[in-house]
Amino acid sequence: MEVAVWRGDETGGRYETFDVPAQDNQTILDVVTWIQQNSDATLTYRFACRVGMCGSCAMMVNGTPRWTCRTHVRKVLKGNRLQVAPLQNLPVIKDLAADMDPFFDKWVRVGGRHEPGKTRHDQIEAIPPDTPDRENADAGIECINCSVCYAACDTVRGNPDYLGPAALQRAWTIVNDEKHAGRQQILNTVAASDGCFNCHSMGNCTVHCPNGLDPMNAIAGLKRAVTKNRFKRGG
Amino acid sequence: MQSYRNHPLWLAFLLHRLSGLGLALFLPAHFYVLGLALTDPGRLDGVLHWADSPVVKFAEFGLVFLLAVHMFGGLRLLALEFLPWPGPQKSLAAGALAGAFLISGAFLLKAI
Ligand code: SF4
Ligand code: SF4
Ligand code: FES
Repeated sequence: MEVAVWRGDETGGRYETFDVPAQDNQTILDVVTWIQQNSDATLTYRFACRVGMCGSCAMMVNGTPRWTCRTHVRKVLKGNRLQVAPLQNLPVIKDLAADMDPFFDKWVRVGGRHEPGKTRHDQIEAIPPDTPDRENADAGIECINCSVCYAACDTVRGNPDYLGPAALQRAWTIVNDEKHAGRQQILNTVAASDGCFNCHSMGNCTVHCPNGLDPMNAIAGLKRAVTKNRFKRGG
Repeated sequence: MQSYRNHPLWLAFLLHRLSGLGLALFLPAHFYVLGLALTDPGRLDGVLHWADSPVVKFAEFGLVFLLAVHMFGGLRLLALEFLPWPGPQKSLAAGALAGAFLISGAFLLKAI
């Protein structure tokens, strides 16, 4: 099959075409690896676990962001051709490796770090797994930080400062975590101008999340929480 | 269209944006014409006469379509974002609402 691979760095680049032998069971990551091992050892790309756990291998495949280690060629091959490019909405480091810094910076900006509200001398509160808050938090907890949703979001594309689906979904999980002390602070952060109200509910994030998570719905939850919070605190 | 946008929610977003833009373009003209009633009734009559021609009548149909699309799109968004219901329940509710409007709209048209 014919594989067009984006080559270049932050100053620009172009597609280079490789001929790759097809196999019965073959992922996009296998294809990229084959090229690097057999055609051009200077090809740069990123991966670690190869089993959909680490979230480091995402790329644009035929124009759609995907986790490459678990995307089968047979599912996306079009007319014996493939196009592979670095994730969009992020700067490029080299070839297929996108710079994930802006993505993780927003994760930090939103307050994604756990803030304990108690000391070691306090009793740990019991949180039954079937309370609505806990169920909300559980819904987003399996995020692997792959940035597929971030690359699919047209609002990020139009406003690079927008916090984006993954960081906002993280905010929603901790807003629902009773053990987190800084929940009001998080509501304030996501209510600000680059926060949850930028989201147009276009659903690209939810449609493409490889883990089947629903950031769009999490962001809707934030919109509700922020609105309720405003009324409660009197504007 | 880029492949990652190829799904109903994105299409709904696009329709909502385009109908909104269309209405935004139409509204200033609409208010201007209404304003003529105060400033220049003679010209208003002229405009109303022009608006009776079949082409403009057809365009009005488009306008009502834009309005309907934008209104239902807006209601859809409000339901999606502000009702903490599960998805299937919302689809049912939206279906019921759309059905109700279709029937009542048909009756209204018959009445006039
Ligand atoms: S639903 Fe919101 S966060 Fe998700 S892709 Fe659309 S605008 Fe982005
Ligand atoms: S929400 Fe889904 S698509 Fe987005 S970073 Fe997490 S796992 Fe990846
Ligand atoms: S390599 Fe770890 S998720 Fe693909």
